[in-house]
Amino acid sequence: MRVRVRLFAMLRHYLPDVPLGGYAEKDLPEGGTVSDLLATLGVPETEARVVFVNGRARPPDWRLQPGDEVGIFPPIGGG
Amino acid sequence: MELASTLYQSPYYEVAICATRCPLNLAETASLAEYMRETLEAHDLPRHFQARVRGPVLSHHRFKVAVAGCGVAAEYGYANAGIVYNDLKDRPTRYSGRGGLGSVMASRGLKFVVVDPLGAPGAAIADRSRFEQGRKKLEEALLEHAITKPKGGLNTYGTAILINILNEAGGLPTRNFSSGRFEGAARTAGEAIFEGNKQRLGRELYNHACSPGCIIQCSNTWHRPDGSEHVSCVEYESTWALGANCAIDSLDDIAELIRLCNAYGLDTIETGGTLGVAMEAGVIPFGDGAAAIRLVQEMGQGTPLGRLLGSGTESVGRAYGVTRVPTVKGQSMPAYEPRAVKGIGITYATSTMGADHTAGYTIAPEILGVSGKLDPLSPEGKAALSRAFQATTAFIDSTGHCLFIAFAILDIASGFEGMVEECNGVLGTNWTNDDVVRIGAEILKKERAFNEAAGIGKEKDRVPEFMKYEPLPPHDQVFDVPDVALDSVYAEL
Repeated sequence: MRVRVRLFAMLRHYLPDVPLGGYAEKDLPEGGTVSDLLATLGVPETEARVVFVNGRARPPDWRLQPGDEVGIFPPIGGG
Repeated sequence: MELASTLYQSPYYEVAICATRCPLNLAETASLAEYMRETLEAHDLPRHFQARVRGPVLSHHRFKVAVAGCGVAAEYGYANAGIVYNDLKDRPTRYSGRGGLGSVMASRGLKFVVVDPLGAPGAAIADRSRFEQGRKKLEEALLEHAITKPKGGLNTYGTAILINILNEAGGLPTRNFSSGRFEGAARTAGEAIFEGNKQRLGRELYNHACSPGCIIQCSNTWHRPDGSEHVSCVEYESTWALGANCAIDSLDDIAELIRLCNAYGLDTIETGGTLGVAMEAGVIPFGDGAAAIRLVQEMGQGTPLGRLLGSGTESVGRAYGVTRVPTVKGQSMPAYEPRAVKGIGITYATSTMGADHTAGYTIAPEILGVSGKLDPLSPEGKAALSRAFQATTAFIDSTGHCLFIAFAILDIASGFEGMVEECNGVLGTNWTNDDVVRIGAEILKKERAFNEAAGIGKEKDRVPEFMKYEPLPPHDQVFDVPDVALDSVYAEL
C-alpha cells in the first residue's frame, strides 16, 4: 500500500529532496504501522515526538491504511 | 574608585517614552536617543550621576538607552496599541502587545521613565549558593532540551515552527476562524523563514536573543530578496494572524505588515484578528496582501477607516454586522482554534485578560506531546488541565523567567526543581514543587478578584456563540465544553 508522508523541522533532512510543504509517497506492506513507516524513512522513533495520521496524533503501533496522510514532527515548541 | 570603575561603567538607563504630543516616532530611534540626552541634560541628571561617581568612570558615561514606548496607535487611543521595547540591536520590536496597554500609557501622558542603577543595591539574594545550584540545573535543562538548546527548534526555526504542526492537527485558525487548515501554511512557517533567509543570504541564519543573557534565543529576522533586513521578529502569532487568518501566504507581505505594526505600535494578534473580520465583512478580499498593507497604513495615518480598525476585532465585528468574531472579553483570539484544541479554548474563555494562550498553554500536552499526550478534540478533563497550567504559569511569570523555559522544565524534572531552588535561594524560602501550583493559584485568585470588582464575572468566561454551533473543518468539531466545566476552572481553584 502507498501512503503520503511529510517530515517537519529537524526531520526534514531525512527526505532532503521533498520541497517545503510537499509530500513523499512511500510503499509499505499491507498492515504496516507508524513504526514501520519510520523505519522505512530511517527516522529513529526517539526523534519522532508526534506523528499525525490524517490530522490525528497516533501511537507507533497504529496500523496505516492505503492513502493515509502522515505528518511527523520532532519535539517542537513556541507560542 | 576601583569599585566604581568596575561596577559603574556604561550606566544603563531604562527609558519609557510615548508618542502623545511628542514629535518622535519610535521607528526612528537615533532622534529618540538624542532627545533623551537633551532631556536628561535639561534636568541636570548627568551632574546628578557625576556627583555620585568619582574618578575615571566619568569618562565612561554613556547613555545606553533602552526604550519602552508606544507609537501613533497609542496616540489615537487604539484598543490594540501595545508597548514596544527596543531589542539588543535597538530595533523597536519587542512587545507588551496585548490588552491596549500602549493607550493606557499614552492616556496618562507618560513620556519616559529613567531608572538610575547607580548606587542601587541590586536584588538581595538570601542564599547565593542555593540560587546558583538552582540556576545551574535550569540552565542544564535548557541546554539539553531539543526545543530550547542552541540550534534546537526555537533557535533554528523560531516560534513560527508551530505553524505546520497546528495546521497538521487541523487547529490553525484560517480565514477568520472558518477552517483549521490553511493551504498556504507551509509557505508562512518557521521552516520557510529559515530556508528563505538561507537562499537570500547565502548562509544559514540562527536566531538571536530578545533580552540579555538568554539561552534559548528564538527571535528571528526576515530578509528581502537583496539580503537586506526587512523585519524582526516574525513570531508564530504574527505570521499566523497576518498570514493564515487573512489567507495571506507571502512572507514578504507578512513581514511588511509586521514592520508596519512595529512602526505604529500595534499588537500583531489583534491587528490580524481585525483584518480577518474586515475581510469577512468584504472590506477587502481574503488573501489580498497589498490591500491588507493599505489598511494597516490607514491605521497608522488615522483615517476614519483606520481608526475604526484600530478599535479592535470586536468593535469592527459590531460595526460591520459580522457574527463570526473570535474574541473573549473583547480581546482577539491567538493562533489556536478552540474547537480543535479544547483545553486552550478553556484557557481563552477563563483567562482574566481575555483570550490569551500564554495564560495556560495546554497546547504542550494537547498538540506538542510535551508534559504528556492528550487528545486535543476531547473536552474530558480539560478544565482541570487548564487550571493547573494557569496556576503554574502564574508562578513562572512571577519569577521573571521567560515562559519558554516551560518546554524544558515540564519534560526535565531537575530543571523544574532548579527553578524552585532559584526562588528559595533568592527569597530564603523552603518551597517545594507542590508550592508552585498553590502560589500560582493565589495569584490567579487576586486577578479574579480584581475582575469581579470591575464587574467582569464568570458570565464573561465564554467563547463566542458561533463556535458552539458552527462545525470547524477538517475535524468538523464544535466547542463542546459545557459552561459548568468553564466555571469549574475558578470555582475549584
